[in-house]
Amino acid sequence: MNLPIPTSSTGGLVIAAILGLIFGVLLNKGRVTDYNVIVNLFRLKDFTVVKIMMTAIVVGGIGVFAMMGMGLIEGYHIKDANLLGVALGSGIFGVGMALYGYCPGTAIGAIATGRLHAIVGFFGMIVGGIAYALSYGWVKANILGVWSYGKVRIPELTGIPTGVWWVLLAAGTGALFYLIERAARSTPPRP
Amino acid sequence: MKTNENLPETEGSPLSLRRTVWNPYLVGAGIGILSWLAFLLVDKPVGMSTEVSKFSGWAASIFVGWDSVTNNAYWAGKTPAFGYSTVFLLFTGLGAFISAYFGKDLSFEPVPSVWEKYQGPGVAKRQVAAFLGGAILLYGARMAGGCTSGHGISGTMQLALSSWVFFPVMFVTGIITARLLFRNKGTSN
Repeated sequence: MNLPIPTSSTGGLVIAAILGLIFGVLLNKGRVTDYNVIVNLFRLKDFTVVKIMMTAIVVGGIGVFAMMGMGLIEGYHIKDANLLGVALGSGIFGVGMALYGYCPGTAIGAIATGRLHAIVGFFGMIVGGIAYALSYGWVKANILGVWSYGKVRIPELTGIPTGVWWVLLAAGTGALFYLIERAARSTPPRP
Repeated sequence: MKTNENLPETEGSPLSLRRTVWNPYLVGAGIGILSWLAFLLVDKPVGMSTEVSKFSGWAASIFVGWDSVTNNAYWAGKTPAFGYSTVFLLFTGLGAFISAYFGKDLSFEPVPSVWEKYQGPGVAKRQVAAFLGGAILLYGARMAGGCTSGHGISGTMQLALSSWVFFPVMFVTGIITARLLFRNKGTSN
C-alpha cells in the first residue's frame, strides 16, 4: 500500500471515518465536549483542557518530528504567519469560545451528545462563516497582509533546531503538569 | 443495553467506553497518536473550522444560489465540497455520541450549570449567547486561519509560528471574557 493515501479516494474516506470516530470518542471522554469544563479553564478552575492539549502537542509533535526524520512524512503543513490576522482572529476566537463554551471541534461533539445550546451555537458558527466570507475582501486587503511572514516555523525563526525545541517543550510541559497536580492536591475540590 | 451505574474510577479498563471520563493525559496522548496516523496515512493534519465554514457556504447557497457562493472571493479559494474533512467532522460527532451513550453523558442541557449560576436559568438568554458566541468564534477562526484543532493542536505540534501566537492570545481574551461573564456574586466557588 502506498502512503499517503489520497484523501479523495475511498480508502481516504474510510480513514477519515475511523480517525473522526476516535477523535469524537477522545473529545467526549476527555470531557471537553462539556461546556463547564471549557469555561472553567478560562476561569482558571479546571485544567483538563491544558492537560489534554499539551500532552497531545508533545506526543504528537515528537512523533511527527521522528517520522519526518525517518522519511515517513513528506513535509510540514502549516498556516501562514500573517501575524496581525492571527492575533486579531485568535483574540476574537477566545471571546467567542468563552461565550459559546466550545470550539468548532468540541461543538460537533457536544451537538452529538444532545446539548441544545451547542446546536443553536452551530447556527451561529454558520452565520460567522458567512460574515467572514462577505468581509473577506476587506480583511484580505487590510489585515492579512500585515506582519506577514509566510509559513514560518519557530526553529527557522530562532535558529534553535526542532529537536532542541522538543526537549525544552517536553520539560516545560512536565513542569507545568507537576505544578497543576500539586495545586490540585493542596486545594480542596470545588463544585 | 445494560450498563453499570456510576462505574467507579478504579474499576474496569481505563479505556472502557462505559466510563464517563478518561484520564486527560491518556486522552491527550491518544489525540497525539491520532495526529501521527493522520500525517502518516493521509498526510493531512486534523482541523475543523475550515470544514464548518463549508457549511456556511452551503447554507448561503440556499439563499443566494450556488453561483454567488463560488464567486465569493473566500469560497472561490475554499470551495465547499463533500470530502475527507466532511466525513471526519460527521464521524467526530458519531464518535462523541457513541462515547456519551455508553458513558451516560447524553443530555439536552438547554442551560449549562456554570452559566445558570452567574447568568440565570433563562433558556432564551443562553441560546442567544451561544448563537453570538458561535458566530464570533468562527469569524475569529477564519481570520486566524484555524481553530483549536488546526492551530491549537496540529499547528503547534509542527512548531508553526502562527499557531504559537494563536494559543496564548485566545487564552487571554477567553479569560477576560470569562471574568466579565462569571463575576462573583458573593457566593464563593
